[in-house]
Amino acid sequence: MTAFLVRRLGFALITLFAVLTIIFLIVRILPGDPAQVILGDQADAATVAALRTRLGLDQPLLVQYATFLAGAVRGDWGASLVTGRPVVQEVLSVLPWTVELTVYALLIGAVTGIPLGVWAAVNRNRATDYIVRMVSLLGLSFPAFVSGILLLIGFAIQLRWFPVISGQRGTWNAWLQSLALPAINLGLIMAAYITRVTRSAMLEVLSEDYVRTARAKGVPWPAVVWRHALRNALIPIITIVGLYLGVLIGNSVLTEIVFNRPGLGKLIVGALNQRDYTMLQGMMVIYTLLVVLINLATDIVYGIADPRVKLQ
Amino acid sequence: MTASVLKVENLTTSFRVNGVWRPVVRNLSFEIAPRETVAIVGESGSGKSVTALSIMRLVPEVNGRIEGRILLDDRNLVALPESDMRAVRGNDISMIFQEPMTSLNPVLTIGFQIAETLRYHRGLDTKAANAEALRILETVRIPAATSRFSEYPHRFSGGMRQRVMIAMALACRPKVLIADEPTTALDVTVQAQILELIKMLQDEFGMAVIFITHDMGVVAEVADRTIVMFKGDAVEQGATADIFHTPKHPYTRALLAAVPKLGTMAGHVRPMRFPVVDVQTGASDVPAMMPDTVAAEGQPLLEVKRLVTRFDVRSGLMGRVTGRVHAVEDVSFTLRAGETLALVGESGCGKSTTGRSILRLVPPTSGQVMFEDRDVASLPKEELRLMRRRMQMIFQDPYASLNPRKTVGSAIAEPIIIHGLADKREAESRVAELMRKVGLLPEMADRLPHEFSGGQRQRLCIARALALSPRLIVADEAVSALDVSIKAQVINLMLDLQQELGLAYLFISHDMAVVERVSHRVAVMHLGEIVEIGPRAAIFDDPQHPYTRKLMAAVPTPDPVRRGIRRGLSNDEIPSPFRKADYIPPQRQYREVSSGHLVQVA
Amino acid sequence: MTMASPGLRQSAWTRMLGATIRAFNTNKTSWAGLLIFLAILLLAILAPWISPHDPIEQDIFSKLQGPSATYWLGTDYYGRDIFSRLLHGARYSLIIGIAATFFAMVLGSLIGMVAGYYGGRFDLLVMQVMDILLAFPSLILGLIIVAMLGPSLTNIIIAIALTSVPSFARIARAPTIAVKEREFVEAGRSLGFSDARIMFVHILPNIAAEILVMFSLWTASAIRTEASLAFIGLGLKPPTPTWGGMIREGFENILESYWLAMMPGIAILIVVFALNLLGDGLRDAIDPKLKGEQ
Repeated sequence: MTAFLVRRLGFALITLFAVLTIIFLIVRILPGDPAQVILGDQADAATVAALRTRLGLDQPLLVQYATFLAGAVRGDWGASLVTGRPVVQEVLSVLPWTVELTVYALLIGAVTGIPLGVWAAVNRNRATDYIVRMVSLLGLSFPAFVSGILLLIGFAIQLRWFPVISGQRGTWNAWLQSLALPAINLGLIMAAYITRVTRSAMLEVLSEDYVRTARAKGVPWPAVVWRHALRNALIPIITIVGLYLGVLIGNSVLTEIVFNRPGLGKLIVGALNQRDYTMLQGMMVIYTLLVVLINLATDIVYGIADPRVKLQ
Repeated sequence: MTASVLKVENLTTSFRVNGVWRPVVRNLSFEIAPRETVAIVGESGSGKSVTALSIMRLVPEVNGRIEGRILLDDRNLVALPESDMRAVRGNDISMIFQEPMTSLNPVLTIGFQIAETLRYHRGLDTKAANAEALRILETVRIPAATSRFSEYPHRFSGGMRQRVMIAMALACRPKVLIADEPTTALDVTVQAQILELIKMLQDEFGMAVIFITHDMGVVAEVADRTIVMFKGDAVEQGATADIFHTPKHPYTRALLAAVPKLGTMAGHVRPMRFPVVDVQTGASDVPAMMPDTVAAEGQPLLEVKRLVTRFDVRSGLMGRVTGRVHAVEDVSFTLRAGETLALVGESGCGKSTTGRSILRLVPPTSGQVMFEDRDVASLPKEELRLMRRRMQMIFQDPYASLNPRKTVGSAIAEPIIIHGLADKREAESRVAELMRKVGLLPEMADRLPHEFSGGQRQRLCIARALALSPRLIVADEAVSALDVSIKAQVINLMLDLQQELGLAYLFISHDMAVVERVSHRVAVMHLGEIVEIGPRAAIFDDPQHPYTRKLMAAVPTPDPVRRGIRRGLSNDEIPSPFRKADYIPPQRQYREVSSGHLVQVA
Repeated sequence: MTMASPGLRQSAWTRMLGATIRAFNTNKTSWAGLLIFLAILLLAILAPWISPHDPIEQDIFSKLQGPSATYWLGTDYYGRDIFSRLLHGARYSLIIGIAATFFAMVLGSLIGMVAGYYGGRFDLLVMQVMDILLAFPSLILGLIIVAMLGPSLTNIIIAIALTSVPSFARIARAPTIAVKEREFVEAGRSLGFSDARIMFVHILPNIAAEILVMFSLWTASAIRTEASLAFIGLGLKPPTPTWGGMIREGFENILESYWLAMMPGIAILIVVFALNLLGDGLRDAIDPKLKGEQ
């Protein structure tokens, strides 16, 4: 297990380094001078040159690369071109919002998705299975902003149960209300994914020899399903859910926009619209970091779920 | 006979296929007494495994139906509610399965899996159940049972897992143990251990054993009574000795005739065909010894010199080589045109890798493979392609050996066309000729592989291998996956082709009895090395190396006299050819016992 | 390839058609998905001839009207006919979705097949790169690429294609490895076939069904991504009617006229759901792991 973790950690670091390099190259290799792009076509040469100096673009490429890497390691990703505040500060101020949202969405997804998937698999080809499959398929057909808008129209505009604009904090009630709709929106889509993954993983596991063994020794059916089968099905479920977390993060951007909730999504869209180039670069680093951390977490959970991993 | 513990009356099990109920077992009746062993023997599709699942009521309820009566102490299991049936399973009747590698739950410790049975059926608390489970684990002779109690199944070898399965099955002292091909997936020496263990535990616990198998040798060794099944019907049942000595049903006779028996080749110098028995009438021909096909003069066709094939095992962050699998270690032998050399040994002994290294399907680490005076091991890629026309391979699994999406005709024609040996029209007639040669109709050429049976597919693979007119065929367990009667036919075909075309065979097999029948010479492999090589008669009549002797002794012989034989308990494991990276294999010495019969001495 | 007598080739086609129909019949829902999708495809192709109005013509006097005989689904903030805009929007959604997925399929499958076939360190390296890309949120990736390249039709297709290449690499690699292990591939090598021949003649037909099924599922995903990009403001420039763009415009006035955002939302949902129905049913039908117990 330790060797496994060390290897995954090593891989995570290499990944991080590789992506940082790619980000650096993309920004420099793409046609057009970033300074010109930021300032627009009307800017005069002197302003552009000043910005180039400010961004360090007049330095040799290798020097720029070293500065960039050193900055990334020290947590210094420059200052936002729009607000002038350090990128790290901007990111850290909204990060908890996004983390909170995705964690709750994941919880909602797992708590509803896993039992539904198991239920469908056990009742394969019966009405329950059919209904669960159709509903989950519909669920994952929703672009997150469409479902978000529909929730907004239904619960906030028509029924007025929740505020249209989230983001209030302070009281327990306000927090719950501002979190509820976005988390449900993301959570239901996640639930649809998890239901389907669970169902197919369970179907596969239920036809394994060891399930027959468990039945042959007289283990009651619920214990066969929940202990013998699901414990094994969890292994592929963890892998695939780990991959879907990317989708979840993508969807969180849309959800944050629809519900006007602060977070990384709003930050990156804002940076895109305002051509805040240092901010974008920093956002890419933070997303890479998130992805690498999620992968690492998935690996750890995987290692706990599958005793065979310890051998490697 | 004492009162029976289990009585099966008119058991009929059917499955619904496309809306029609098809019986897979028809009107089967038998009973079994405590301490008795009844073998149910048959080929694939005979319904023997379904019988076992029916007794356990593990036939899927959605599309399976069980009729008749199954009486366990006057309780009819067929009519029992599911919850009561659950209390029977693992408690009164237990079952062990064929595949030890997949039959244990990989994420639960073996201790838990054994103790679980006791907790459900005996109502023991965790502590008591664990203590009892540990005791049973010791009973099935798992070495260091205490320390291995909380390990996961992947840490155990196949044989050890089957012991765990047996421990699980016997935890609650069942009245009946159903063993469904429990040793089929195991090596022959491990099989002997497991059979011995089951016999011993039967003496100790006094349970009845229903033993399901396709192997007549195993039947003779374990069974008091035998039921022969054929396509869902019990065609014959009776005392095992009677079945073997005076078989009545033609199918039983055909089955017995097709079973290779170790030791029946004494006095015959050359390979021998199997007798062909008509399943309807039971009439049989008398097989003759094959004529001499070996080209005694001139250079050998194949000369393998000091062949070594190793696989690096890497680990750690940098992928350092931390060990090697010494799959083939310093192997040398020759093979003449028209000759069959058998490579025998247990799993992991390197026999398959040797075959693949000769064709350079895996790159050899060192050594020479001289074929028609060229060294295959160092040929440039293009010449290797040409060389491969002259040496071909047939594989174990006839289902996996043919591309499921290509018609069999185009599969056979493809190599001919690729190598530019004929245009499409000529290829077509060549395909027809080849199909006739392996005993199939040329009209079948436009069918897909799934329309053929296993035996027919193996014939197709032979036809495809023959398409390039090779001189050497490496047959890697080519008949191992086939039913006995089919196996006999395919071997007869191979012998006929050898006679007709002067083919040389490198016959890789774990089945000593088949090897005795088909080969001119035999090489016994162990841990990547040849421990003994020589003429077939010399090896089988006068085995010198301890490993060869152990291997021969472990082969079950289809002779019911051996029912009483006890080999004594052992739990030796098949050793692994994995070594540390700095391992240097010792230089081996061989002693010549008689002409051409060499045995490793150090 | 071989034995190319016309009778044989035809029977191979008949066989393939038969297998396809059987796969569709296993899950009747795949037929439903196919029919809905074909209907939408037809509407999109015919859009210029059947739309009742010009999709970009503004009529300030009839803005924000409800459904009527003239404007079946009402009008938007600039008085443009929503129904006509939906029909034309379908064209962009489908072109982008299908083209992007097609390129991703070709490139990704090639990468996955070659990596899976050769295995070893090459495979390890390629797939780890793919895994990094795969783990990266595709929306963010698409967002960044479009932002850098600029939101033209080609660029959007490239961006979305790039985000699904790793998925197809994974999809193609797994069955390649499974098929590679089968003995007919080794038999092919011992018969002297080249690697290219083994990959394209022997392995590809065996994994094609799996890849093609994924095509419909990933087209669904691509259409969703395109709409999401447009919603964020990285779609084709207005006044081009795209569904995501229409939702974006509608969302600005969500409190007074929410149907402006709802209509195109439902349109996206229908297309994506139809494609998912189609692909999901087929995937179930061809999954060898689930075959045994039907």
